[in-house]
Amino acid sequence: MTNKTLLNVSDLRMQFGGLVAVNGVNLRVEEGQIVSIIGPNGAGKTTVFNCLSGFYTPTSGVVEFMGEEIQKLPDFKISLKGMVRTFQHVRLFNEMTVVENLLVAQHRHSNTNLLSGLFNTPAYKKSEERAMHRARYWLDKVGLTDVANREAGNLSYGQQRRLEIARCMVTEPKLLLLDEPAAGLNPKETKDLDNLIVSLKEDYHVSVLLIEHDMNLVMGISDNIYVINQGTPLASGTPEEIKGNPDVIKAYLGEV
Amino acid sequence: MKSNFSHAVFTAIITFIVSFPLLGLNLVTGGTSMSIEGAGPTTWMYIGAAVAIVFFFQLFRDQFTGLFRHIPKPSFNTGYQSLEPAKKAKVENWFTFAIILIALVWPFMVSRGSIDLATLVLIYVMLGLGLNIVVGLAGLLDLGYVAFYAVGAYSYALLSLYYDISFWLALPIAGIMAALFGFLLGFPVLRLRGDYLAIVTLGFGEIIRIFLLNATSLTGGPNGIGGIDKPTLFGMEFGRRVKEEGNTLFHEVMGISYDSTYKVIFLYLLALILVVITVFVIRRLVRMPVGRAWEALREDEIACRSLGMNRTVIKLSAFTIGAAFAGFAGCFFAARQGFISPESFTFIESAIILAIVVLGGMGSQMGVILAAIAMTVLPELAREFQEYRMLMFGLMMVLMMVWRPQGLLPSKRPHLELADDK
Repeated sequence: MTNKTLLNVSDLRMQFGGLVAVNGVNLRVEEGQIVSIIGPNGAGKTTVFNCLSGFYTPTSGVVEFMGEEIQKLPDFKISLKGMVRTFQHVRLFNEMTVVENLLVAQHRHSNTNLLSGLFNTPAYKKSEERAMHRARYWLDKVGLTDVANREAGNLSYGQQRRLEIARCMVTEPKLLLLDEPAAGLNPKETKDLDNLIVSLKEDYHVSVLLIEHDMNLVMGISDNIYVINQGTPLASGTPEEIKGNPDVIKAYLGEV
Repeated sequence: MKSNFSHAVFTAIITFIVSFPLLGLNLVTGGTSMSIEGAGPTTWMYIGAAVAIVFFFQLFRDQFTGLFRHIPKPSFNTGYQSLEPAKKAKVENWFTFAIILIALVWPFMVSRGSIDLATLVLIYVMLGLGLNIVVGLAGLLDLGYVAFYAVGAYSYALLSLYYDISFWLALPIAGIMAALFGFLLGFPVLRLRGDYLAIVTLGFGEIIRIFLLNATSLTGGPNGIGGIDKPTLFGMEFGRRVKEEGNTLFHEVMGISYDSTYKVIFLYLLALILVVITVFVIRRLVRMPVGRAWEALREDEIACRSLGMNRTVIKLSAFTIGAAFAGFAGCFFAARQGFISPESFTFIESAIILAIVVLGGMGSQMGVILAAIAMTVLPELAREFQEYRMLMFGLMMVLMMVWRPQGLLPSKRPHLELADDK
């Protein structure tokens, strides 16, 4: 593999008072890879995500994104660098329409100059058109065109999940962090999600870091899997290696 | 029925216990001593009546509430809702045009008092629209909005008093000053949300008012500032005689006899222009990225951050721009009154402006305009019941919350056409 390393996390540690939530976690995502983090409930997977996306400042450790240390940056700057996340519980702008959700997400691409907006200059019009165009493209892609002018809060759960991913995609990220995207989806919706994630990787060259409990999904699409248990790394490797790892089975099922 | 009866007896006893010492006993000072006296027969009758009313109301509570439920709710539904979006926009445009036209023509047909009242309404419309940015769009509960209004008013008053600056030059300065104060308030409250934010902004409003009250050497303290120049129209004054060197008189230039109504109409039209500009600017702002960002911030701050939006900038812009409109309104207010004092900028003003926003429907411009009219005109119409004004105000609020908690005209999401460009 001649791929470049996109994300490199070494010795990540997050401590809340006396509680060590994450201890010594190492991660590596290459360009064009889908990497999964699995582990039992409360293992600290989401805490890792929060550290990576800047919602927490890690107690120690280094997070390198595209060769740059980002562990001290505020959350919105990390997102601007091209690492965008979704949430375990869907966080949409519920009272805004589906299209508006996608337009808001393109804030950084839009012309935010107040005067050019007030006077509706050609440059401003063009930037708005571009935003609309991109929103429309992603609505088609995730199959939400019919509900484009519906309020996001009124969508079904599966649609909300898809909208959240589309909302990340319009920001044109390099790395997408998905926090349990299949939670609450029925088998068909999970299948669609599977296809969508693969397509993001193949067609849009976006790398994906995934937290998921649905083992079929994880084993099917991951290039690499990290297992975390009680905040510490337990194992890592390809899906085949993980499936056969007795430690992992023990952590999930208990002592046999 | 039985539980109602025992409940009724209980509440009647409580009523008696509460009302007897308050009404039934009087402290009487006789020379150097004080004594307690029982009440006369009329007071006893009142207490008895109060107890009886409470008793019977509680006894027949179910029937009363049943009665209340049967009051028909006014229906707001019209065929308008079912129109197509494109047609809707057209109707709305015509509607706006018609309103502006009527607003332009009608001061020439009504009495001076009505025009004066309408001018006041327009000031409140401007304040309501400005606060709507902060509360309705950005979701930041601001209880001290009147502070920016005061900053705008005092900016003009002081500039006019000390530097003799005209209204037209002071108008942008007042807006900028208010915006600056909005920016300054924005900084310490960046991390606050909800109730905490409300308390801090409430305090900020009081700080400004008390500062104005105590900085006697600068602002005249409670005596206020008087003799503020009225606005001029291209150097034409609307008074009987020229106040300022070099100015001309409106009625002389026009070749008509002096009439004090001209000034009132002029002020009204000036306010109307300011309001129309405010409406159009805010309407554009809402559809711009910054407006969308405000609403997104209201909906979910964490999601905003995860999408690379800088909440500091978004919050500060909401505070700053919202405050600027209060500054313009304040400047106009000072010019119209000719006299301002801290008394015009008490907390109750903030509360009224907030009530306008909430009654109108958060985030809705048309709603805010309607509510501003209702909140200003109704108390004027009910002048004879002045003492009951607050009571009626409260009653109106309660009825509104029962019938239409989302406000008079709740804001509608813009329907965005998906351009067909495959």
